[in-house]
Amino acid sequence: MAPRMIRGAQAVAEAAALCRPQVISAYPITPQTVIVEELAQMIANGKLEAEFVNVESEHSAASVVLGASATGVRVYTASSSQGLLLMSEVLYNIAGMRLPVVLTCANRSVSAPLNIWNDQQDSISLRDSGCLQFYAENNQEAVDLLLLAYRVAEDHGVMLPALVCVDGFLLPHAYEAVDVPEPKEVDAFLPPYQPLYRLDPDEPLTFGAYAEPDKYMEARYMMQRAQEKAISVIQEAGHSFEKVFGRPISALMERYRMDDASTALVAMGSVIGTIKDVVDELRSQGQRVGALKIVTYRPFPKELIYHALKEMENIIVLDKAVSLGSGGPLATEIRAAFQGSPQPPRVSGVIAGLGGRDITMDTIKRIISQAQKEVLEAEFVDLREDMELEGVD
Amino acid sequence: MKLTVGLVTRPGASRANKTGGWRSDKLPRFLQAKCTACDLCALTCPEGCVFGEDKNTYWADLDYCKGCGICANICPVDDIEMISEVC
Repeated sequence: MAPRMIRGAQAVAEAAALCRPQVISAYPITPQTVIVEELAQMIANGKLEAEFVNVESEHSAASVVLGASATGVRVYTASSSQGLLLMSEVLYNIAGMRLPVVLTCANRSVSAPLNIWNDQQDSISLRDSGCLQFYAENNQEAVDLLLLAYRVAEDHGVMLPALVCVDGFLLPHAYEAVDVPEPKEVDAFLPPYQPLYRLDPDEPLTFGAYAEPDKYMEARYMMQRAQEKAISVIQEAGHSFEKVFGRPISALMERYRMDDASTALVAMGSVIGTIKDVVDELRSQGQRVGALKIVTYRPFPKELIYHALKEMENIIVLDKAVSLGSGGPLATEIRAAFQGSPQPPRVSGVIAGLGGRDITMDTIKRIISQAQKEVLEAEFVDLREDMELEGVD
Repeated sequence: MKLTVGLVTRPGASRANKTGGWRSDKLPRFLQAKCTACDLCALTCPEGCVFGEDKNTYWADLDYCKGCGICANICPVDDIEMISEVC
């Protein structure tokens, strides 16, 4: 279909509907509400045949989709920030029960203080959960990665839930030209869900049983292996996507003007758009700069990232989250990828854009020139000089 | 043994788990003298391991009995006593 100028939330809702979920249960939270409102409207208007279960909280929403998924149907939900965190113990259960629940996370900062604007702290907080995680740069990716997520999550070698992360407000509330595919194309790419096991009164099974120390560790090991397997499943799904839809997709990562670069910026999500503009500007001035967009964050494609970055002199990782008391989550993992290599690049980590603070082209240019002089360690970017911070020397 | 994806289990796991091993000291002795077959011991057993039909036929399956003493406590004619495992 030709691209249409639509709001991100509508594009995501249309994509979710095209995946034919049979049960949707969600609780509103800014900036995700707009997505599920569109879906509820589609169901009310008879455009989507699904059961919409209204619930009293995100914990319940996640529990409803867990139960529905366990009966062998495709499900969908969405959340952000506190809502996602309220889902968290259920998401760990969904992952442990190996159910391919897919949800959109409209990335938003976490309280306290209370802030409704974008950063990636919410989904990053769940990186240990066993959920797959994909980060969209724009609304086209918000659509495409949702289709991809179902396909990968439901692969019998994977069978793990997936978060498709879209920067809150920046993507759901923005109007962009998006190509939302035709139903028959989506059906060709995403066949009906075939569960491995399902709850059926005629053939009773237990999901989420008790496992003593003699079995729990094996269960977690099986999940680790499934995450590792997911990398090749994602690659294969990406190739299939390109064949079916006739356009490219960056399923694991995207290398932008990296071929002869000596400095690389690494980031996830919409900030990559701004980074690409900076790269273009600096390239026109003769600087050998490139960008690496990480799309799949879980599993962490360590080998591929290593190979994409190993020729660099300078790597600058921009984290839109912080592991307080440590540093940028992505920066830490990128550094770890170079552990033990003979000539590791200099890896600088910056923390930027928390709570929706704007990341401008000037900011990025400044970070680059700073990092080329000295290695930055979890540097909080653009802190206000005019504010006195009690307790901070 | 094979672990399924998600450790999904088929029925029978309860039967395979011999909770009688959880007993520490006490176990019920059914005297089978004054029993009226009121069935309260069987109904109240949390493990569902007390069985019986007619008067004085009640017994506990010691493979599953945890020795909680509810049966002895509820018997209206005191026909069940808790005795020590160690003789």
